[in-house]
Amino acid sequence: MKDLIEIRWHGRGGQGAKTASLLLADAAFNTGKFIQGFPEYGPERMGAPITAYNRISNHPITIHSNIYEPDYVVVVDDTLLESVPVTAGLKEDGAIIINTTKDANYLKKVLNGYHGNIYTIDARKVSMETLGKYFPNTPMLAAIVKVSGVMTDQELLDDMKGSFKHKFAKKPEVIEPNMKALEIALQEVHKVQ
Amino acid sequence: MSIRERLSGNEAAAIAMKQINPDVVAAFPITPSTEIPQYFSTFVNNGAVDTEFVAVESEHSAMSACVGAQAAGGRAMTATSANGLSYMWEMIYIASSMRLPIVMSLVNRAVSGPLNIHNDHSDAMGVRDAGWIMLFSENNQEAYDNLVMAHRIAEHKDVLLPLMVCQDGFITSHSIENIELIEDDKVKEFVGKYTPEHYLLNQKEPIAMGPLDLQAYLFEHKKQQADAMCKAKQVILDVAKDFEKMTGRKYSFFEEYKLEDAEIAIVCMNSTAGTTKFVVDELRAKGIKAGLLKLRVFRPFPAEEIAKALSHVKAVAVFDKADSLNAAGGALYTDVTSAMYVNKNQVPCINYIYGIGGRDTKANDIEAVFNDLQEIVKTGDIQNPYRYMGLRG
Repeated sequence: MKDLIEIRWHGRGGQGAKTASLLLADAAFNTGKFIQGFPEYGPERMGAPITAYNRISNHPITIHSNIYEPDYVVVVDDTLLESVPVTAGLKEDGAIIINTTKDANYLKKVLNGYHGNIYTIDARKVSMETLGKYFPNTPMLAAIVKVSGVMTDQELLDDMKGSFKHKFAKKPEVIEPNMKALEIALQEVHKVQ
Repeated sequence: MSIRERLSGNEAAAIAMKQINPDVVAAFPITPSTEIPQYFSTFVNNGAVDTEFVAVESEHSAMSACVGAQAAGGRAMTATSANGLSYMWEMIYIASSMRLPIVMSLVNRAVSGPLNIHNDHSDAMGVRDAGWIMLFSENNQEAYDNLVMAHRIAEHKDVLLPLMVCQDGFITSHSIENIELIEDDKVKEFVGKYTPEHYLLNQKEPIAMGPLDLQAYLFEHKKQQADAMCKAKQVILDVAKDFEKMTGRKYSFFEEYKLEDAEIAIVCMNSTAGTTKFVVDELRAKGIKAGLLKLRVFRPFPAEEIAKALSHVKAVAVFDKADSLNAAGGALYTDVTSAMYVNKNQVPCINYIYGIGGRDTKANDIEAVFNDLQEIVKTGDIQNPYRYMGLRG
């Protein structure tokens, strides 16, 4: 892992992009890193575009601005691709990870000539198959871990098991489906050729 | 051993309050400080503290309840932001003039209008002359540490002044970051028991508090407040020394970051200091001697110490996250330049108003200021000292 990894999340209010960024911060913290996880608060409402950020480092982080030149961008909702400049400032040696079923030609067209790596995952399919409902944040969390390598797959799974046990203490029946969603998503994120 | 955790600034403040376990907390929710009383109320509900939580109907009542509780002989705390603080205004002055060491978490936010919920320091700057000790915090760690030190400073017999701990709304209040917590028992021992000398519920000494105070006495009482603020300086340093013994974390009036041999320097408060450190490191790597003076103690204002710390640099920029709208510069700038003048420090000093209403402060913005300072060192030409940073053209 690079000494400092900066990640920007794009989603819509209610999809859990902010929660996913906080879960990633938690998981990275638990593997010994220094972390920041913070949303950019706007006029928050269901369905409105939202941005969230992560910094993950081996050293204390002092910078307190938003992230303008991210190493990775995660797009939780592909309807944002045509309205939000998701690749703005994204490093060419970084990558963008998109929850979509759209093809390579479409993605290349809407990503404003971004030359870095493009990864996709059908988080809807993963979520529906495991949770029976559409919660894209769990699969997207697995996808960013897989692509960025901020921790190993096993570290993520071990840590999230603990987090889910705590988070879903009153709904233990959803722990296993969430774990399954992570496991499948780790396999299902693919690089666009 | 300290406890490695990750918390938002609001969580950190609430945890500090839990460990302090005050007698009374009275608060009214307002963004972005709402989470502090929200988290604290869960500690009350689950029995983690034995505090009397007063869910008041307004901030005026929140501060009034704190005044009543503290005057009665209890330890009282509150949290607020922006317009909440504005609504407390009358009671803010009453708290300090009654010499009640109430402790407040102020999560800084722009004061309306127009309505804005994001960070700047206009709320804090509005009460800078109200007789409260004001500590600023770069991150969640400092927001927590400052609260742990707060009561020892405020309640000291030489001080007896209310104290507010500031941190930047959303930027640190809602950002999850690493933090080192102190064990509960250590905080309890450090903060100690509150034993006021005079208080209303003392049957052995019936007293009146806050009565009419006209020409014959008010002036003397204000001088006593002013003396207490002067004496607070030594107490702040003494408490910091004890805190360092407990945690290893060093605090003073301000932090000097690579300032010792700096030729150009920025003076600022709260989260922007962290971003400035990042820029200083980048410039140092290029051989540019940049430095930072991060002010922690804004009231009392360490005028002589600041003037001395900046005496060797060739140009200084002071950042104000609130405009005084006085056609002359922000509050921190006028304080710093006044301190420099009185202490015969003639270093060129310019002001930048920045970050108003949550405008993000980027590393590039700060780097541009250091460039401006280099230009001033080269030419000696200041031109307009009252400038803006990050304003759209």
